[in-house]
Amino acid sequence: MIRIALKMLVGDRARYLGIVMGLTFAALLITQQSAIFVGLMTRTFGSITDLGQPAVWVMDPKVQFVDDVKPLQDTQLLRVRGVDGVAWAVPLYKGLLKVRLQDGAYQTCNVFGLDDATLLGGPPEMVEGTVADLRRAEGVIVDENGANGKLATLQADGSRRPLRVGDVLELNDHRAIVVGICRVSRTFQSQPVLYTTYQRATTYAPRERKLLSFVLADPMPGIAARELCDRIHAATGLLAQTADEFKTTTYGYFMKYTGIPINFGIAVLLGFVIGTAIAGQTFYNFTLDNLRHFGTLKAMGATSATLLAMILTQALVAGSIGWGLGVGGASLFGIVSRNSELAFRMPWQLLAISGGAVLFICLASALLAIRTVLRLEPAIVFRG
Amino acid sequence: MAATPPTASPSLAIRCRGVEKSYGTGDARVDALRKVDLDVSLGELLMLVGPSGCGKTTLISVLAGILDADAGEVAVLGANLRELSGPALTRWRGANVGFVFQAYNLVPTLSVEENVAIPLLLRGTPRALALARAGEVLDSVGLGARRRSAPRDLSGGQQQRVALSRALVHEPRLLVCDEPTSALDADTGHGVMELLRAHAVRPDRALVLVTHDSRIFGFADRIARMEDGCIRAVEPGRVALASEPH
Repeated sequence: MIRIALKMLVGDRARYLGIVMGLTFAALLITQQSAIFVGLMTRTFGSITDLGQPAVWVMDPKVQFVDDVKPLQDTQLLRVRGVDGVAWAVPLYKGLLKVRLQDGAYQTCNVFGLDDATLLGGPPEMVEGTVADLRRAEGVIVDENGANGKLATLQADGSRRPLRVGDVLELNDHRAIVVGICRVSRTFQSQPVLYTTYQRATTYAPRERKLLSFVLADPMPGIAARELCDRIHAATGLLAQTADEFKTTTYGYFMKYTGIPINFGIAVLLGFVIGTAIAGQTFYNFTLDNLRHFGTLKAMGATSATLLAMILTQALVAGSIGWGLGVGGASLFGIVSRNSELAFRMPWQLLAISGGAVLFICLASALLAIRTVLRLEPAIVFRG
Repeated sequence: MAATPPTASPSLAIRCRGVEKSYGTGDARVDALRKVDLDVSLGELLMLVGPSGCGKTTLISVLAGILDADAGEVAVLGANLRELSGPALTRWRGANVGFVFQAYNLVPTLSVEENVAIPLLLRGTPRALALARAGEVLDSVGLGARRRSAPRDLSGGQQQRVALSRALVHEPRLLVCDEPTSALDADTGHGVMELLRAHAVRPDRALVLVTHDSRIFGFADRIARMEDGCIRAVEPGRVALASEPH
């Protein structure tokens, strides 16, 4: 009877397409909007992910997220190095600086100043040059997206040429030479990213009493990162978090204090509600249209279990197809937009969530239909 | 429950005594059946006739086990229907009753042979066997060549022959027909009734047929006239095909 149920479903082309399209739309909107949301939220802690190596971030206790820099005194670096269990600790400068381009335009950039001795915390992937090139005089490394986009040089003919190794920039009246191109995560505000040494970064930065943004530390073998955080906090009073904790803190800040989750939540909810309405209503109407046939089956000996299996099969098959098309559409969107500014990230958990939502829509629609069919008096078959 | 044996005689397919059925309550209450007594023998074609709203459809619904009587004894093919309920009644119906409807009630998205195979599929018969059996029955009503067609591609008479095949495919012992010819012209209706008599009326099978169509009265063995929820008279049918083997 399962095959009969499927033929009943797909045989009514208009209704079948209506149900599948409703579910496709719901799955597409839920997945695509959620993927953009996840992509955006991932960008909020992209610089933590890119730094990779250090297990522990040490910062001012009032820091709320990675871009909320509250500078420390340089002496804090020495205090952290003095904590028992610290294998190494290096300074990190992180700040927004205005870069003057060759054509005279200004562009705000995210500047990282790495420990001069070790260059720890450098870009995760180099496209051109090496991180060690930062040791060259006035050297900076620029991220690929920035070099090709906002830092591209305006030429005499009006066209823009990507920034190249050897080009010269100006940071706060200081000359900087591009010595490498790297690939990093896009930032939340889509600013170009520049890497240089810590000393050089503090030269570029506007004069302030305190310029040390973070201290990056690693524990000695056998000491857990969390334990080291506790020791650093106890010894210095500074906030110390593992990289994962700092990501969560950053993510949590954006979740709590920005309208991003609400805006995307509404879009996702809208997709869910509209999908439910379209698919649910169409499926219910499909069942109502087939009520006479279900009544006939009931009269001919179809048990409630058989009818239940038939309707659930119809709902789940329509749901699977709709979900597959919707997720496929969202994936296609992700592939097409992967080199654009658009944030898009689709982890498997999103597929599970959209699958769950579509399953819920199908089961809710099926439940309405099942209720109607099971209550159906088989004597309906004799009514004209 | 009735203490009497379900059927008084082995040749009796249906025995109803004092059957009552009403719809609604209070002022809106309608007594559809009022103490109906009726016997139908195996091998018999009984027609239920009467004006609209007299209770014919309610009575065949009760006899077919798709509607519960409020009171009285309903014994069909050895089973006391008032003692059966839920899945047991559904199983009994699936095994023992075949239906032919005025509007055919064929599933439009299924092929002719799939429609005919439904009663077998519902009983768990493997699909290939069910379709093969459906093909045999369709051959016997002259529609073997149309087994892959969609119902909408057939004429009204052909659709009713498909519906008849579906009612017969699982060899039920009771066939219940509701106005099987009222949507057909005289010749086609006559053809359907000939098929019904030829295939459905057998010594081990009973056929109860509701109709308004006086053109087919000649095919009945007996005609029960209903009025106001009661059977007013049961008279011999004008058996036009008296020579047909029962």
